[in-house]
Amino acid sequence: MTIPVSITVNGRRYDREVEPRLLLVHFIRDVLGLTGTKVGCDTSQCGSCTVLLDGVSAKACTCLAVQADGASVTTIEGLASDSELHPLQESFWNKHGLQCGYCTPGMIMASHELLRCNADPSAEEIRHGLEGNMCRCTGYQNIVRSVREAAETMQGGTS
Amino acid sequence: MFAPQFDYYRASSVAEAAALLEQHPDAKVLAGGHSLIPVLKLRLAAPSALIDIGRIDGMRGIREEAGQIVIGALTTHAELAASVTLQSGATALSEAAGMIGDPAVRNRGTIGGNVAHADPASDLPAVLRCLGAEFAIAGSSGTRTVDAADFFEGLMTTAVEEHEILTAISIPSGSGGQGSAYAKFSHPASRYAVIGAAASVTVADGVCSAASVALGGLVPAPVRAAAVEDALVGKALSADAIADAARCVGDSLADDEVLGDVYASAEYRSAVAHVWVNRALTAAAARCG
Repeated sequence: MTIPVSITVNGRRYDREVEPRLLLVHFIRDVLGLTGTKVGCDTSQCGSCTVLLDGVSAKACTCLAVQADGASVTTIEGLASDSELHPLQESFWNKHGLQCGYCTPGMIMASHELLRCNADPSAEEIRHGLEGNMCRCTGYQNIVRSVREAAETMQGGTS
Repeated sequence: MFAPQFDYYRASSVAEAAALLEQHPDAKVLAGGHSLIPVLKLRLAAPSALIDIGRIDGMRGIREEAGQIVIGALTTHAELAASVTLQSGATALSEAAGMIGDPAVRNRGTIGGNVAHADPASDLPAVLRCLGAEFAIAGSSGTRTVDAADFFEGLMTTAVEEHEILTAISIPSGSGGQGSAYAKFSHPASRYAVIGAAASVTVADGVCSAASVALGGLVPAPVRAAAVEDALVGKALSADAIADAARCVGDSLADDEVLGDVYASAEYRSAVAHVWVNRALTAAAARCG
């Protein structure tokens, strides 16, 4: 069985026929070729596959593409606009919030959700808000600094 | 990981979902998918079809109705945690929902899927057992209501029959002088409950007039801790009285029922359960307004 789906990713609509068992993360990576979103643990614990689904964070390894039919998805590729990096992308760069970079797309999308819910989080609130995303390189110190810098930039209205 | 192949049907009403379940006896019901999709990917289940109820109108949201708080089965954990109605009327439930997984999981996972899956390490079953919830279950022949004592039958087993759908959960609105809380010993990686303790207490004229305590995480299905409850009623809720009562929790745990795993043995969980009961009771007592 295949099911027709219409999913808008980063502002562009895609109409495809998919197997019901196709995960949203594989739709994004393998069908659309957007490989910024990663598959890490594949068990909804590590957060590498985090995307925005209708504006709120979701783990794309634990969502079927058919469940996203009609929805709007934002991936890491969709955050920048007009050649300007998103403040979170800038701050992860400035504060060196990554080493190998594998967790970074999911970490940034989860940080996006965190700042949507709390525009001015403390370091502790950042750690709590990112508890669904694992990084095995940084020890999280620079990730917390990156999110703090992005919060300050976004509150300053320079984004 | 890839799930085995299955067919997919999207229901637009409870009646349509019930009819689809009759047509596809081997099907599973899909809501947020945060219990079912991992099970499929690990190939612990291989249903012939999924019936997606995630878009059925009227199965989502929280409303107050005749002394009850009625929660649609498709309400997400994030919605439970953010609900002002629950924060004031059933604090333990919003508190527990806010401790599930992580923000992205809470945005997708639903209360109905959570309790129908009935994972022993889940948080909400113990809270709903504590608060005396009732479960509305629909089938092709109508809707029936089951109370929490009968809903959770055992390890990953509930009163929902194969051709039925859990549609809503009702809990009594909190009354004056009542407070409730949930305390959780989280597994550090999965965030599932190693021990979960839910407590609701009512204080009148300075003494505890009613108490309900339920445990999850360390037992196959949530259990009420009657020995703890009995030790509290009629007493002022001092720190000492709560600590003494919490230590009675072992009387409500049958030795052969306590679960153990590589992270926490049954003996360890039994030994520390009173700490989490104490924390839940202490927080609940502080909320009796």
